[in-house]
Amino acid sequence: MNDTKLETINYSLYYGKFRALKDISIKIPKNKVTALIGPSGCGKSTFLRSFNRMNDLIPGVHTEGSVLIDGEDIFKVDPVALRQNVGMVFQKPNPFPKSIFENIAYGPRVTGLKDHHKLEEIVERSLRSAALWDEVKDNLGKSGLDLSGGQQQRMCIARALAVEPTVILMDEPAASLDPIATLKIEDLIHELSANYTIVIVTHNMQQAGRVADFTAFFYTDESRTGQLVEFDETKKIFTSPRDRRTEDYITGRFG
Amino acid sequence: MDERSSEIALIHKAQALNLKKEHRRQSFWVALMWLFGLITVSILILVVGYVLLKGGTAINWEFLTTPPKGGLSGEGGISTTIGTTFYLVGLTLLIATPLGVGAAMFLIEYAGEQSLGSKFLRSMISIANFAVETLAGIPSIIYGLFGYALFVSTLKFGFSLLSAALAGACLVLPTIIRTTEEALLAVPDDYRRGSLALGATKWQTLYRVVLPASTPGIITGIILSVGRVISETAIFYVTLGGSYRMPTSVMDSGRTLALHLYYLAMDTRAFDKAMGTGAVLVVMIILINLLIDFVSRKLTAGVRRVR
Repeated sequence: MNDTKLETINYSLYYGKFRALKDISIKIPKNKVTALIGPSGCGKSTFLRSFNRMNDLIPGVHTEGSVLIDGEDIFKVDPVALRQNVGMVFQKPNPFPKSIFENIAYGPRVTGLKDHHKLEEIVERSLRSAALWDEVKDNLGKSGLDLSGGQQQRMCIARALAVEPTVILMDEPAASLDPIATLKIEDLIHELSANYTIVIVTHNMQQAGRVADFTAFFYTDESRTGQLVEFDETKKIFTSPRDRRTEDYITGRFG
Repeated sequence: MDERSSEIALIHKAQALNLKKEHRRQSFWVALMWLFGLITVSILILVVGYVLLKGGTAINWEFLTTPPKGGLSGEGGISTTIGTTFYLVGLTLLIATPLGVGAAMFLIEYAGEQSLGSKFLRSMISIANFAVETLAGIPSIIYGLFGYALFVSTLKFGFSLLSAALAGACLVLPTIIRTTEEALLAVPDDYRRGSLALGATKWQTLYRVVLPASTPGIITGIILSVGRVISETAIFYVTLGGSYRMPTSVMDSGRTLALHLYYLAMDTRAFDKAMGTGAVLVVMIILINLLIDFVSRKLTAGVRRVR
């Protein structure tokens, strides 16, 4: 089987007293695309944020169990260093109010790189990897906010790539985009999976089917506590799910 | 025609009648609001126009470039008072801006998370917020009295630019804190999250993304403070003294334009000079307001582009 990149063991997360995630154990393989699917409020975005410790920013959150990256406990890693290794793309494109160049150069700059020539190289490489270079190469000085929504999202992906992460987390990256922009993002995810471990939260079942090598189905009942129901190759989840709830969900009987 | 449709016809007729009445009612209230608006604007134009017309005749190059002669005659120009005004504005903001911006950054960006564990810290911070609210509404003479007691007598700075700037800084601090707080709150959390997710520290996030995005708002607060320092009199009456000479150090006394205007109006018979000084003051305030307008329009333009 594949190398494991990310792993959780009996991982639970609480917002104050409310238990949002319960006993989640999963092994996410290296350099594959893993989709997290499930109905609204089942905790899949919360789970995603566990891998770069963005939940730390929310007051009152505490966790049990462990989260490992390359076998190392992420709570023993400096969160700033962790986030340089584990990039994130958000649901709504969030370019900084700076030029395209400065948006991409932001990460390398905060990690201490000052050499302008080096920065130029990184900006070009990242934009090429995000399939945006040809569209913006003559306008790198233009504000990132002036791009279209789909271009903004690809710029945010390029921005994440510029820090040289090994993992990219994507929280419904195409939710605010039109179908054509969505396809471009999906193509991009597919290309990136050769070199990066990608975990993507999506509401869109077809999207999971199109882009993901593996799929994890999250579910929640009246308690609103999210749990992992099933995790397997995407093909198996979609054709022969083991759990009744998974089958109901992917056939559109609820959610 | 059946019963139901004749009933509906009646309802329509009543509705049409009522609509006419409502239109008349609306016209009345709109006319009244126009009237109130016109009255307000006329008062403004009258005051500003009167000062400018009356004062305008007193203004000439000599008036602007010669110092006041002092004494009861009120003779001379206003050159030193313009200079003192600029000095005092500069010195006050030099003290108040770093304090105010720093305090606002702490209250908005750090206080929340640092006070989580401690009930004591949390109550200190809510007291701080309440104090900022309250201080903004205190009459300037109170700051003057405080400044007189602390800076002029206890610390023995005397009537001086330094005493006045310190008291003035207390006066404008709430303004700077509030406008900076609002500017910081207007920065979308998406920026903060985006920056942190790229492996920036909290300080890098603040310094490289949040502060630049809130600069126009912070500048608005600073310009508002400039206007406040230019137009206040009472607070500087009791801290700056009233020397009409050009201050040569921060320990010198002086008088700002507004203060000079007060002296001219109360102690001399030089009513035309007072009007001239007033006109210069009004022009300065108008220019500052235009500047605020310009800057805040830039700010809202920035916010609109985010959406």
